[in-house]
Amino acid sequence: MDVRSRNQVRVSGQPGGAVVMLAHGFGCDQNLWRLVVPTLEREFTVVLFDHVGAGRSDLSAWSEDRYSGMDGYVDDVLEICRELDLGPVTFVGHSVSAMMGVLAAARHPEYFAGLVLLAPSPCFIDDPAAGYRGGFSAEDIEELLQSLDANYLGWSGAMAPVIMGNPERPELGQELTNSFCATDPEIARVFARVTFLSDNRADLAQVAVPTLVAQCSSDAIAPPEVGAFVQAQIKGSRLVTLNATGHCPQLSAPEETAQAIAAFARTLR
Amino acid sequence: MCRNDGDQGCGPDPGQPPDDDRTFAALLEDSVEDLYENAPCGYLSTLLDGQIAKVNTTLLDWLGYKRAELVGRRKFSDLLTTGGRLYHETHFAPLLRMQGKISGIALELRAADGSRMPVLVTSTVKSGSDGQPLLIRTTVFDARDRRAYEQELLRARQEAERERERLQQLATTLQRTLLPPAVGNVPGLDVAAYYHIASTDEVGGDFYDLFPLAAGTWGLFLGDVCGKGTEAAAVTSLARYTLRAAAVYDPDPAAVLSNLNTVLNHEYNGTDPRFCTVIFGLLTPDGDQGGFRIVLASGGHPPALLLRADGTADYLPTPGGQLIGVVPDADIATITFRLDPGDTLLLHTDGLTEAHTAVRGERYGDEALLDFVRALAPTTAQGTITAVRDLLGTLGTGVDDDTALLAVHVPRADGEEQQRARGTPARGAPPPAPSSR
Repeated sequence: MDVRSRNQVRVSGQPGGAVVMLAHGFGCDQNLWRLVVPTLEREFTVVLFDHVGAGRSDLSAWSEDRYSGMDGYVDDVLEICRELDLGPVTFVGHSVSAMMGVLAAARHPEYFAGLVLLAPSPCFIDDPAAGYRGGFSAEDIEELLQSLDANYLGWSGAMAPVIMGNPERPELGQELTNSFCATDPEIARVFARVTFLSDNRADLAQVAVPTLVAQCSSDAIAPPEVGAFVQAQIKGSRLVTLNATGHCPQLSAPEETAQAIAAFARTLR
Repeated sequence: MCRNDGDQGCGPDPGQPPDDDRTFAALLEDSVEDLYENAPCGYLSTLLDGQIAKVNTTLLDWLGYKRAELVGRRKFSDLLTTGGRLYHETHFAPLLRMQGKISGIALELRAADGSRMPVLVTSTVKSGSDGQPLLIRTTVFDARDRRAYEQELLRARQEAERERERLQQLATTLQRTLLPPAVGNVPGLDVAAYYHIASTDEVGGDFYDLFPLAAGTWGLFLGDVCGKGTEAAAVTSLARYTLRAAAVYDPDPAAVLSNLNTVLNHEYNGTDPRFCTVIFGLLTPDGDQGGFRIVLASGGHPPALLLRADGTADYLPTPGGQLIGVVPDADIATITFRLDPGDTLLLHTDGLTEAHTAVRGERYGDEALLDFVRALAPTTAQGTITAVRDLLGTLGTGVDDDTALLAVHVPRADGEEQQRARGTPARGAPPPAPSSR
């Protein structure tokens, strides 16, 4: 199994520099990072990748068995770290990938210099018994699945081979509208369930590497109290609230986001 | 449109009175402001963070909000259902940021009274003179009828899928009724059969049976009706009970097939000829050593295979036998031979030999099957069926027609079965010469 092509791994920036690894969340692919990458590349080795099933990852590597839970994705992150062998990385996980970072760092802390949890949520579903408010109910997630079904976003069985089968000609994919978020509907459904139905609250306490929790000032998906919860559960972690609004600060406030990542990564040297 | 207003060499049409003033008078009432407010679609302008800055009357009316309730107070995503909001944050907003536009997204808006309105949303990012994004312009189209139509399509698709399942179940059930629930338990004979279904949508036309006749003798047959589906199933059913009844009346295999030929000719004479290929066998216990004397009659059917105890195998040729049901007096070919302890007789339909192989355009073929069973012999009835079933599995979708298999084998004396020694001296018996009637 070629991990690099399976996950469409791209390494850029300063050779020998501290390594910043950027992991995209549910919805789109590594292109989501493109506005923060130029700033980070000036100082760091930057590692980008697509989760299997997203972007230009190898779709044939996807199986419901492996990717219907967080573990398959966590295994992939650890395999990429091993394969690149660049030493401990600063792992920046957006949204659901923040929790993948938490689980990966709990299993192999030696792979990680630190974690940046960007707009994280350890559990999207409310848990009134524990006094936890994730912001959503299981019915809301069903509604999301309906939205996915109603919008295939440029995905069609006929186009998939063009996008996936020409890694040497990425412009073919680039020209397709919405291709950044084009996902096989079957895979999108499974990933949506992993993202929104996982509960990783208990795993937060396992993190023993330096951690920065970066939340947005107004985020419809991960409200401020969730960020505060994450920070409280991870010993020694720091919480910053970005001026950025929405759930994707790397797009809505790329410079601020890049600076927050860079400042944290510098403290780890 | 040619306006009668100047010197562009576009004079008034001589045949048409100049009444443009009247025609366009109505348009004068259509101010830009009115066009915005009462357009046939909803308009919405938001700041980059989604804060609603401007909204038109059409959208306010659709949703039952007052302007002051939305402008400066609510975000666009606040108007969405919760699931829609998740979708907006994970797909819509990121794509809009990256591409500067996104179109035709199906969402549901929540009206002031809590009802939901299906809409199609298109947004573009408006940039300032410095190229920096300033605000987002959104048009909202009423998709109530469209969504109802789509749901109707979805419902129809689900119903079609259910119907297809029902049809498959029906076909499978019908198929099963055309085959014996279990082939007979014949003293001194080991029997195995298999039916390979190529398509679950259609009833295939292959059939077989093994049944007792008078005085310790047994009849067996295996056949293939031309065609598929319910029409073929009717012929299969007719062929099955005719063969069994005819064998009671006169068990001579050639006579049995002649009677079937007559019945099919009577039933389907004229416009809609129906025919089949059949091989019919009469098994009579022979001698004290175990073993059977077998008379096989064939009407246009692929020859049976004999896998001998000594490890050799050959076709049992029955040339000259004609299709059953085509002509009034079909030629039937017969062959008589012994099935000794350790021997296996295999009957099959041509779904196997006609299967497409991985080599483009090529069929599996009689030669390949002969090589296959030669490598198999000596074996048992179940051993033969299992091996050929695996072969069908290997050919996979290349097998596009149903395939029936029936194997009978005379077990050797106790304990010998396991040896399956290839080194046993060959009896050297060539296949008996065929006779024709």
